[in-house]
Amino acid sequence: MSEKEIKNLEEIFEQRIARDEKIEPKDWMPEKYRKTHIRQISQHAHSEIVGMLPEGNWISRAPSLRRKVALLAKVQDEAGHGLYLYSACETLGISREELYEQLHTGKAKYSSIFNYPTLTWADIGAIGWLVDGAAIINQVPLCSTSYGPYARAMIRVCKEESFHQRQGYEIMMTLANGTPDQKEMAQDALNRWWWPSLMMLGPTDAESVHTEQSMKWKLKRKTNDELRQQFIDQTVPQADLIGLTIPDSDLKWNEETKHYDFGEIDWDEFWQVVKGHGPCNKERLSARVNAWKEGEWVRDAAMAYADKQQENKIKKAI
Amino acid sequence: MKKEKLIQYIYGIADNALMLGQRLSELCGHGPNLETDIACTNIALDLLGQTRSYYQYAAQLTGENVTEDDIAFLRTERQYKNVLLVEQPNNHFGYVITRQFLYDVFHLLLLQELQNSADLTLSAIAKKAIKEVSYHQRFSSDWIKRLGNGTEVSRQKVQEAVNDLWKFTDELFQLTEDDKSVIELGAGVDVSLLKEKYYQIVNDVLEEATLSVPELKWFRKGGKDGIHSEHMGYLLSDLQYMQRTYPNMKW
Repeated sequence: MSEKEIKNLEEIFEQRIARDEKIEPKDWMPEKYRKTHIRQISQHAHSEIVGMLPEGNWISRAPSLRRKVALLAKVQDEAGHGLYLYSACETLGISREELYEQLHTGKAKYSSIFNYPTLTWADIGAIGWLVDGAAIINQVPLCSTSYGPYARAMIRVCKEESFHQRQGYEIMMTLANGTPDQKEMAQDALNRWWWPSLMMLGPTDAESVHTEQSMKWKLKRKTNDELRQQFIDQTVPQADLIGLTIPDSDLKWNEETKHYDFGEIDWDEFWQVVKGHGPCNKERLSARVNAWKEGEWVRDAAMAYADKQQENKIKKAI
Repeated sequence: MKKEKLIQYIYGIADNALMLGQRLSELCGHGPNLETDIACTNIALDLLGQTRSYYQYAAQLTGENVTEDDIAFLRTERQYKNVLLVEQPNNHFGYVITRQFLYDVFHLLLLQELQNSADLTLSAIAKKAIKEVSYHQRFSSDWIKRLGNGTEVSRQKVQEAVNDLWKFTDELFQLTEDDKSVIELGAGVDVSLLKEKYYQIVNDVLEEATLSVPELKWFRKGGKDGIHSEHMGYLLSDLQYMQRTYPNMKW
């Protein structure tokens, strides 16, 4: 294709995006659009799968049968999200094996929040309330993103996430209204998860390298700082309602801006965790790599069996 | 007392569902691929759902403000009446599938009889569970065939699991004193009568999977009397951790 032809296609493409038309897998798209989407969707899929681990850590120890079943179902939902997102990503011409390879070798990233440990039962509440809460704020705008398969996957994901968030908040509420031990457990979890949850919404706008292009493609509709402010404004009253204290002495309502002002985020910590030095980076990745390696003989058997069945069918047909 | 016998009888069924559900849920997030992970979790969810129905009924029979969680989490090891098979560890996927298969075949036969129980609650729970357990049996039988006919490695691994777990199958058909009393009332199932059909179904699947049926003279038992394997203590220390550390709280 000549340069002129490509330029022409790019123009048509940009116009489609501007008209809010969905881009579908078979449509022409610029190589950069394809690559950016593979990066973001796969990062999202990996986050779902790695995100199963910190919560999975408490399934066998959940404090009641009701909570055990709810947590198990929740972690299963994350697996389901991973599945649709990998499928959406595969429509861009990359295989599941390649995507796993990128995760296992550390080439692809996943949300850094999952490199923090779940130390008490209250962490399960805090993850649902804060981490899923922040995820929803990040993800709701994606339901109307330009790439069709991603937008459709996100509609389903968001519905389930908002259920998870309510469930997490309900765990925190039960603890906060419980015995002094339970309340202390809830406060401790909030103390540990609050700042990492704020970091989850991404680096500040000044530091964010992908924001401009992503806004143009409607892969992002608000900046990281706007989303973070929205999360804080939404979450502070929820903490107040159940009598828990946000661990930020600078936090206060600003009558002029109609938003909460908040303290400084420790971005050094954020970058350390992103670079692999968080409390559980190594454990999370090894757990994924081990599951994949240990499952190899099972996947091989399933393939071999399917091939044999196919051969038998052909033989019978002949 | 009849009520106490019925409660013990319910434990004998429900504890199997709880322990197998617990074992399967340990795997969540660590399966060989996402699809299998999701399927195993589904089975765990079904089993834990059944556990809750049985325990809620047992709690109601017990009275005195006893809850399903008291029954699930606050008994001593000797008070759990599950068979040894379901508490065996996940070792590798071949064990997970074989344990599941060896239990599913029994479980479905049991429920098909239990739905005729004179106890209407047990009958209702059984009717609902049959639909779920039919799927479990199809899933685990398919995997036995897939692993048996898959590769040389998979055949060896699943055969190893079959050889190891076979010794726990005979206990499924053992009748306890509580079973006998509840059978007399028309509420329980005489599991000893399920044995022939069980081995016929199991052997057919193993044959189709090109696996050999172990020939054993000695079988392990004890679970139904609360005498478990060494694995059980660790399973319970996970299961009961929160309730033991923070007694008398609501979650």
